[in-house]
Amino acid sequence: MNWSWEHFARFLFSEYMLNGVWTTIWLSCAAMLLGCSLGVIVAFMKMSNIWILRRIAIAFIWLWRGTPLLVQMVIIYTVLPQVGLRLGVIESAIIALTLHEGAYFAEIVRAGILSVGKGQTDASQALGMNWFHRMRYIIIPQATRVIIPPLGNQFNLMIKTTSLASVISMEELFRRTQQLAQIEFRVLEAYFCAACWYLLMTTVWGEIQKRLEAHYDRPFGPVEDDGKARRRRRELAGDAPAQA
Amino acid sequence: MPRHRPEGGREVTNLRDTAVRQARELGEPIVECRNVDKYFGSNHVLKDVSLTVHQGEVVVICGRSGSGKSTLLRCIDNLETIDGGRIDACGHLMGYRKGTGGKLVPLGDGRASKQRRDMGMVFQSFNLFPHLTVLTNITISPTRVTGVSLKEAEAHARELLDRVGLPEKEDAFPSQLSGGQQQRVAIARALAMRPKVMLFDEPTSALDPEMISEVLDVMIDLSRQGMTMIVITHEMGFARAAADRVLLMHDGQIVEEASPEIFFTAPKSEHTKLFLSKILTH
Repeated sequence: MNWSWEHFARFLFSEYMLNGVWTTIWLSCAAMLLGCSLGVIVAFMKMSNIWILRRIAIAFIWLWRGTPLLVQMVIIYTVLPQVGLRLGVIESAIIALTLHEGAYFAEIVRAGILSVGKGQTDASQALGMNWFHRMRYIIIPQATRVIIPPLGNQFNLMIKTTSLASVISMEELFRRTQQLAQIEFRVLEAYFCAACWYLLMTTVWGEIQKRLEAHYDRPFGPVEDDGKARRRRRELAGDAPAQA
Repeated sequence: MPRHRPEGGREVTNLRDTAVRQARELGEPIVECRNVDKYFGSNHVLKDVSLTVHQGEVVVICGRSGSGKSTLLRCIDNLETIDGGRIDACGHLMGYRKGTGGKLVPLGDGRASKQRRDMGMVFQSFNLFPHLTVLTNITISPTRVTGVSLKEAEAHARELLDRVGLPEKEDAFPSQLSGGQQQRVAIARALAMRPKVMLFDEPTSALDPEMISEVLDVMIDLSRQGMTMIVITHEMGFARAAADRVLLMHDGQIVEEASPEIFFTAPKSEHTKLFLSKILTH
């Protein structure tokens, strides 16, 4: 094996790679933000009383969850220009990632909102709250707690999924890595370097997610109690006679 | 003060039986249900029900589960739509407005929610908002819905917490309270909207026995202060102590309607006799 730490370290902090990392970060964030907004809209459309909105939402989710992102991306970038709609690389990537994320996130939001009990709607209605009040102050804050873990999962996926945009020549981390590997003939170091950067990004996000979850779980019992309860269980298990 | 212990009923502390009732004067009708019909699918749950409740009156509704008492209460607050008849409460025609030619048109969500602000409701399962502290549970509707200033709402909330005996719990989350405490917060939350009528849907049915009296005490206190109340309960001690009228519902109809003295000693309906024998024998 022809491994060189020197090249690895040089690639890791080269401006060329760092620019790719930065592109991956903002592309993920932009697509996630837009995708989540779209997902919320589609979720409410799917829960709407209006028949046509419901059908549109169902069709949208069916289409974008049912086809591979890679195919969607290539269609948006290379097929649409043939029918007269020319989009740049960045626009194509963002649009494809947004629509894809929107379809998945819509179902996550819907599940979160449905998870809030009927009693909460009853109580807030009885207090004179209209639909907007109920959603804004009662339902969505509680749904958020349920939505955060899958949301974090989606963002973790998104960071890695942006690498697909390399096929339409988006200059993000993976494409830069490929180019670097070809220019320098250092395939091993270049791809390991990319893996390290992806790992770092998802690890940082994992920490942020942990904190977000703890924040939204706070009203449902203090965290310290978990340790106490676990210790008590362990004590009880230790005291109990061993079972065959 | 003699303690009141009705046979078969649970002991209710801190009350003096008939004195509460006699002191109260009845005012104008404040809730009027006229020939109300309600269906769930093909199930006819309310059959031509009529009921008038006067200002300051305490009405207790009892009956077996499935008799329609909860549905009636939910219809009064327009949490369920009705399929026939009309309900007038606190000066509103609940859930409808008069359209052209006197036809009744169902209200949209916004207007329907405004009508509910004059009535408070307490549920069997408390339904506190688990993501908000006790204080915010109480202030959220006055501040966000009726536009009371936060300072004023919090002062009122503290006063109410004091009244339900939980002055030290304002920063707790609902998950940190016992059932009885949660239900008392729920009562305070409903009172924070300064309702004209309070509706109670089996407020003590989900509670452990030792917590029932702390909730009933708050309700009796409320009735003494002249609050109009419609209470679904099987706590016969409460009915004797605080009710002006006791109703029995059976199969979607009101089959007995009497003062507590007559209800418990000389009921007319066979259903009431059967109901009382079941409640009072154990």
